[in-house]
Amino acid sequence: MADAKALYQEVILDHNRKPRNYGALERPSHRADGYNPLCGDRIHLTLQVSGGNIGAIAFEGESCAICKASASMMTAAVKGRTRDDAEMLFREFREMATGQLDPGAPGHHLGRLTVFAGVRDLPTRVKCAILPWHTLHAALNAEATATTEADADPMHAPLGNA
Amino acid sequence: MNAPHAVLKAGAAPAFDVERIRADFPILGLRLDGKPLVYLDNAASAQMPQPVIDRLVRYRSSQHANIHRAVHTLSETATHEYEEARRKLARFINAREDHEVIFTSGTTDAINLVAYSYGRQSIGKGDEIIVTTLEHHSNIVPWQMVAEEKGARIRVVPVNDAGELLLDEYEKLFTPRTRLVAVGHVSNALGTVNPVKLMIASAHLRGVPVLVDGAQAAPHLTVDVRDLDCDFYAFSGHKMCGPTGIGVLYGKTALLEKMPPFKGGGDMILSVSFEKTIYAGLPNKFEAGTPPIAGAIGLGAAADYLSAIGLDAIGAWEHQLLDYATARVRELPGVRIIGTAARKAAVLSFVIDGVHPHDVGTLLNQQGIAVRTGHHCAQPVMERFGVPATTRASFAFYNTLAEVDALIAGIREVQKVFL
Repeated sequence: MADAKALYQEVILDHNRKPRNYGALERPSHRADGYNPLCGDRIHLTLQVSGGNIGAIAFEGESCAICKASASMMTAAVKGRTRDDAEMLFREFREMATGQLDPGAPGHHLGRLTVFAGVRDLPTRVKCAILPWHTLHAALNAEATATTEADADPMHAPLGNA
Repeated sequence: MNAPHAVLKAGAAPAFDVERIRADFPILGLRLDGKPLVYLDNAASAQMPQPVIDRLVRYRSSQHANIHRAVHTLSETATHEYEEARRKLARFINAREDHEVIFTSGTTDAINLVAYSYGRQSIGKGDEIIVTTLEHHSNIVPWQMVAEEKGARIRVVPVNDAGELLLDEYEKLFTPRTRLVAVGHVSNALGTVNPVKLMIASAHLRGVPVLVDGAQAAPHLTVDVRDLDCDFYAFSGHKMCGPTGIGVLYGKTALLEKMPPFKGGGDMILSVSFEKTIYAGLPNKFEAGTPPIAGAIGLGAAADYLSAIGLDAIGAWEHQLLDYATARVRELPGVRIIGTAARKAAVLSFVIDGVHPHDVGTLLNQQGIAVRTGHHCAQPVMERFGVPATTRASFAFYNTLAEVDALIAGIREVQKVFL
């Protein structure tokens, strides 16, 4: 059995208590909802992307500590980075959480995100850690929100002028 | 004068010997990471005692063959043991006839049988099915599927803040279009024991049949289908110390006889020709194909095991566990019990302020304590109480007061981590 306490370390508990970038952007260019029906975790993610750069990102939702801390640290990690960087981190994070990437080996870009490496020993919790990243991936790739300008978002267009 | 009398009374009713019972369950001796297993996930699945394990071994090593087929000795033995198991289950729930016990793969399968066979035959456009807020998804979704296919409507009995059904509202839900009531005997998420006998009587006054989902009741209280007068009663083997993959649908003979088969195949026919196939009588009509023979025999052994201890003694011990656990949890600051009905089975659902149930579950597991966390396949219940999920400790008769203490210590440990 994995040492769960090793997973619930201070950095994760801190992000759970005081999540960074918590809330919703008023005029996001991209958005997505993540939902894990198994445990009821819900994440609502909003982004402001322009010129291929993630200028702003925010999340809110109802979730366990692992999911919330993962979302918080993800927003901190991708804010100010390019879409391509974010997609690369998504791939690396997923590989780490599923045991395909050794966080101790060189060549990855996960940095502090390696605190989540322990979930690979807790199969039922892997999804909790990955959910925010899947949501980010969905937001960046969803057809409906593929345009980068907030004005093109039908949710924010004036009535009758969508 | 009073004291000796009390002593005498206590002496007359021997204490429940939980340690002797625990010795029957090899898995309870397990250590996880050096910590003794504290198994409090009995509402999901109960553990199996040695007599049931032994019975399965004996069947598999000396009695197995297909049933109802050949004239050879083994087939006759297997058929005899399988039908003997049916008799045991019929006695276990006090059915009038053995053939009123239909072996299914579990409660879900049993409810689906009624939904597909009885439901599709008797429910039409504009008709109504009454279920309750407390139902497990397996007593909601099959009815939704029938309702969608037939253009019928689902009506839902609400609950109060304690998790008790509002019987006045139940009465108001009946219309001339009500065709069936489907209600759980005991709520898996909250532990509420529903007043099913009363609800059945009420439905019968209007000529409406009632299906009772007894998955959470069969292991914990005496089930008497004749006393309840239910039309259908469904339960699972693995929740009452039997094997998985086996369960029972009880149905009144008159209803079962009128119902068309659910599955077609071997064993459910009297004769087959391409012009006309004649179905077999009860119970074979509903047991197409080779059934889980070992499962049925194992379940028969489980029913014997529980009956030997006595469901009343089991229920009494479990109430002690529940009362003690409830009192201890109430002492903990920041912990709220969800489901505080006056009549409960040994289920304790709770939430801890500031800690998601999944984190609770992982950290309790770290201490060897197995609980269930999540929505317990009862999302309408979670929605009603405004929580996404709960942590659920569910007790069986082999649990101890010391294990309740371990749970309390575990919860304190969780709270320390999240302080």
